Amino acid sequence: MGQYVVKRILFSLLVLLAISVIVFSAVRVIPGNVCHIVLQTPDVTKEQCTVIDKELGIDQPMVTQYFKYMGGVLTGDFGKSLITKRAVGAEMKDRIPLTIELTLLSTFFALVIAIPIGVVSAVRQDSLSDYGLRFLTIGWLSIPSFWLGTMLIVFPSKWWHYGPPVGYVNIWEDPLRNLEQLYLPAISLGLALSASLARVTRSSMLEVLRQDYIRTARAKGLGGAVVVVRHALRNAMIPVTTLFALQVGVLFGGTVVLESIFSLPGLGGLTLSAVRAKDYSQVQGLVLLFATVLVVLNLLVDLSYAWIDPRIRYS
Amino acid sequence: MTSAAETSLPVPSYELRARRSPIQRVWRIARKKPIGAVACVVCILLVLVAVFAGQLAPHPVDAQRFPRLQAPSATYPMGTDNLFRDMFSRIIVSSRISLGVGFGAVFVGTVLGTVLGMLGGYLGGWVDLLIGRLLDVMLGFPPLVFLIFFLSIFNSKGGYSMQSYLLVSLAIGIIIAPTTARIVRGSVLSIRNLQYIEAAQCVGNSANRIMWRHVLPNVVAPIIVIASIQIGNAILAEAALSFLGLGIANATHPSWGAMLQDTRAVWERAWWTAFMPGLAISLAVLSFNLFGDALRDILDPRLRQGS
Repeated sequence: MGQYVVKRILFSLLVLLAISVIVFSAVRVIPGNVCHIVLQTPDVTKEQCTVIDKELGIDQPMVTQYFKYMGGVLTGDFGKSLITKRAVGAEMKDRIPLTIELTLLSTFFALVIAIPIGVVSAVRQDSLSDYGLRFLTIGWLSIPSFWLGTMLIVFPSKWWHYGPPVGYVNIWEDPLRNLEQLYLPAISLGLALSASLARVTRSSMLEVLRQDYIRTARAKGLGGAVVVVRHALRNAMIPVTTLFALQVGVLFGGTVVLESIFSLPGLGGLTLSAVRAKDYSQVQGLVLLFATVLVVLNLLVDLSYAWIDPRIRYS
Repeated sequence: MTSAAETSLPVPSYELRARRSPIQRVWRIARKKPIGAVACVVCILLVLVAVFAGQLAPHPVDAQRFPRLQAPSATYPMGTDNLFRDMFSRIIVSSRISLGVGFGAVFVGTVLGTVLGMLGGYLGGWVDLLIGRLLDVMLGFPPLVFLIFFLSIFNSKGGYSMQSYLLVSLAIGIIIAPTTARIVRGSVLSIRNLQYIEAAQCVGNSANRIMWRHVLPNVVAPIIVIASIQIGNAILAEAALSFLGLGIANATHPSWGAMLQDTRAVWERAWWTAFMPGLAISLAVLSFNLFGDALRDILDPRLRQGS
């Protein structure tokens, strides 16, 4: 186990290293001059550019810049925004809670919708409800979450003149108001995610339900619900977790779009405004942050499998 | 059980079976997979609409001479938008960019994924290891975040041009490629030790020749299947990018995602401006998904477990 854990951690670090090199060098091949972006005008003198280049440290060789930057990142210093001059790290720190909350809420909705559908579909395989639910989930897969979000703004407002309260408040100030602002984007994102999760829950439940120990449990005289929930569902959840870990990246992408639609000040909204303003130091920090969280989450999922299933760590 | 009775039945020899014409074969498949067949027809229609969009659209896309924000009616089947334009014409013409980028991206992703998967699966060893790690790095980026990042750097000018089209297709292709590569690699692994490959090696064929002449034709089925399934995802990705203003659409070359963004200010007053473009996206994605699903069941039932 120890050896496996060390190997997996080293390996994830390697992936992160490669990602940081890619992101760092990509930002430095931007066509056009950084000083145009900083001064927000195309007319700049050579002297002004030299001063700015020196200030930002981009007059130094790229390798030196990289190590300086990564040294900063490891201590939480992502450099300064090219436009607002605010620390990139501080800007992200302010916005992280909202994005985490939105991600967790979406996950909650996704699971609450997906698992019952998957289970019912599997237990009543080939029945009318199975066909109906399967058709529904494949339909869902085709609906973009940003369109769903749009519909959740448009129709409640048209029919009941309802709209979520504007002006974001954080959850510690006013939890109810905060949840009222977040539940619509969370449902949009959760529904989009639940389609693929429901499909995997179904196929994985079908596989588990055919196994001998399920028949044993039924033969012992246990009721249907107990067998399904306690015996089958638990084992069927492993592939669902794998898929979920793979979908976290999609979830992050979804927060970018939905935060934009619902005007929420999270990391996604920050990414978009930074991209529009060509604030590349901010963009770089954000991409690194998103990628790191994704790689670490996948590492944790892998390690938890090894912990649950000894066959993985010895293979 | 029925299985015992089935196995004891005499197996009809090939000569006894009636030869089926291609039309009969297509009909048989269509009867077995009615949903897939309908989806296939819709897909073909969508492609035709995209090709003949100029002829099919009742009005030019940039004609601003209609009453503003009219609800859908017989004259304006999908209503009019906030800039005095006919939504129906714009939706029709938008299919060009949406499907164009969708197919372009899947082409890039399939070629890239096939080459990587083939090299990794057939050559094995350190090549496989290296390609595997490369794919892990690609999968370390959240897809949409990667797209935004890539396009904001390499396509910062944006706009409707060949360069933009290629860059957007390349970007979406890159996020599609890892899935294709994994599936191709798996299929290659399952046939690389078969006798006919061994025979090809024995007579002195180069690895290069074996890969492209002997291995590739035998992994075409899973490649076609995965490509058809990914078209839907590519269309979704393009729509999201256009919605965020990072696509290739402009006023005279609309796309569904961009239409949704353009009418943002009037969504609540005119529901159709938000509803119609999304409906078009969902319909396109749904038909390609259903078609891909049916194709998978017909060509390669093994892949069923994977998704």
